[in-house]
Amino acid sequence: MIDREALREIGMIAGRSVRRTLRQPALIVPVVLFPLMLLAINASGLDVTKKIPNFPADSYLDFALVVTFMQGGLFAATTAGTELANDIETGFLNRLQLTPLRAPAILIGQLAGAMVVAFIASVVYLAVGLLAGAQIKAGVGGALVLIALAMLVALAFGGLGAIIGARTGSAQAVQGMFPLLFVFFFLSSMNLPRNLIEADWFRTIASWNPVSYLVEGLRSLVISGWDGTALWRCLVTAIAISIVGFAGASSSLRTRMART
Amino acid sequence: MSATLSVARAVARRSLIHAFTNPALLIPSIIFPLIFLVSFAGGLSAVRNVPGFDFHGNYTAFQFVFVFLQSAAFGGVFTGFGIAADFESGFARRMLLASPHRSGMLLGYGFAGIVRWCVTAVMVTVASLLAGMTVYGNGVELVGLVGVGLLVNVTATLFGAGVSLRAKTLQAGPLMQIPVFTGLFLAPVYVPLKLLTGWIHTVASYNPVTALMTAGRGFLSGDPNKSALAFACGAGLVALMVIYALRGLRRVERGL
Repeated sequence: MIDREALREIGMIAGRSVRRTLRQPALIVPVVLFPLMLLAINASGLDVTKKIPNFPADSYLDFALVVTFMQGGLFAATTAGTELANDIETGFLNRLQLTPLRAPAILIGQLAGAMVVAFIASVVYLAVGLLAGAQIKAGVGGALVLIALAMLVALAFGGLGAIIGARTGSAQAVQGMFPLLFVFFFLSSMNLPRNLIEADWFRTIASWNPVSYLVEGLRSLVISGWDGTALWRCLVTAIAISIVGFAGASSSLRTRMART
Repeated sequence: MSATLSVARAVARRSLIHAFTNPALLIPSIIFPLIFLVSFAGGLSAVRNVPGFDFHGNYTAFQFVFVFLQSAAFGGVFTGFGIAADFESGFARRMLLASPHRSGMLLGYGFAGIVRWCVTAVMVTVASLLAGMTVYGNGVELVGLVGVGLLVNVTATLFGAGVSLRAKTLQAGPLMQIPVFTGLFLAPVYVPLKLLTGWIHTVASYNPVTALMTAGRGFLSGDPNKSALAFACGAGLVALMVIYALRGLRRVERGL
């Protein structure tokens, strides 16, 4: 169990992380604008795909809306990793070691900033999507679950970003890993449902790619309503990635703190 | 003239050695187009079944032209990053002081950009052929496709140079990437122009990249389309960017 002291420690680091993130519009604006720009382009450019037999949505905007949430989660990974690496580069982590703060408290606190960015971005994506004509089949409750799941996805990716940040201690290295994380997105069922992907090898990769299950879970709320199977797969995948990310980042951070 | 070429040779040589001996610089410029190729040609091949999609060739060929031009454009952008890095490190300033003909520097960076893109273009082409890309164009038409790519590459390099000469910092990276990225994606990337509807159809109809992409696809499918318009657009873009880059160079010279 987390004791009161640990909660106080987490609160202090989280407060600092949130303040630092909110003071840097450069960390928030691209996260919000870039996925929306891609959504606008893809929703129009690929709208014709709704004519493919068995395409599951009425418009490509509905189908692609959740991709923005996923991209927001990916940016959360870079934000979390970069911020942690910055603290290592500037020596802030070394100074923290003179205090009784523990590695997990530092990690949870550090992820708070990324989570705030993910929350702001998710609300904006949803609002813009609805204004552009998207319809959430699962209703208002579904929209709330969508935001909650998007936050969980951001936490999962944030943990992965924190592993890279803690291991390398270099903000530049975290930025360099961004394209590698992007590969997982492109090799998923992000652009078309798996049953409509014609290339067998691509469908196989997409079926093994955990990102497909995250996308499909979020998407089910928009295009099908309450789809239990898609939702539990998404939830389990997100929790599994979060555990791996958090355990990996905690271990890396402990190793680094032991070294210093 | 020989002094200009001498400066160009020195800058190109240094720029290429720097690019090819730093995997962190080289790999992203090769990996990104390949990711797009795999994702679009593999993941979206069902788009080929949309009624009215009448491209003569398979979807890999259709997407190859986009990725080919995208690699050309981003080859130029990455060269622009190199120029900005040279300013940050102080090398560009020293080169400006030492060069008898400073426009030779732009020529050198442009040549380096072309060589860098050639490496990526070969990789993308081999990957597409391995993936079963259909090629119906003859030799002359394929040269036309390479010509279109070269125009895109030179345009992007000069644009990147113009931005770098003004900003003199790598922090200007998004100012190079975002306009190029947007310009490419506001063209008919996934389906032919006639299948686009709404605002994107209007924007794509006026976007010069559309003419370049349509011509490239025409060359590859052996059915040339809008070739003259594409080369006119490409030449016009290069001319505009030459002016933009040279004006940037003059600004830097005034600050020396």
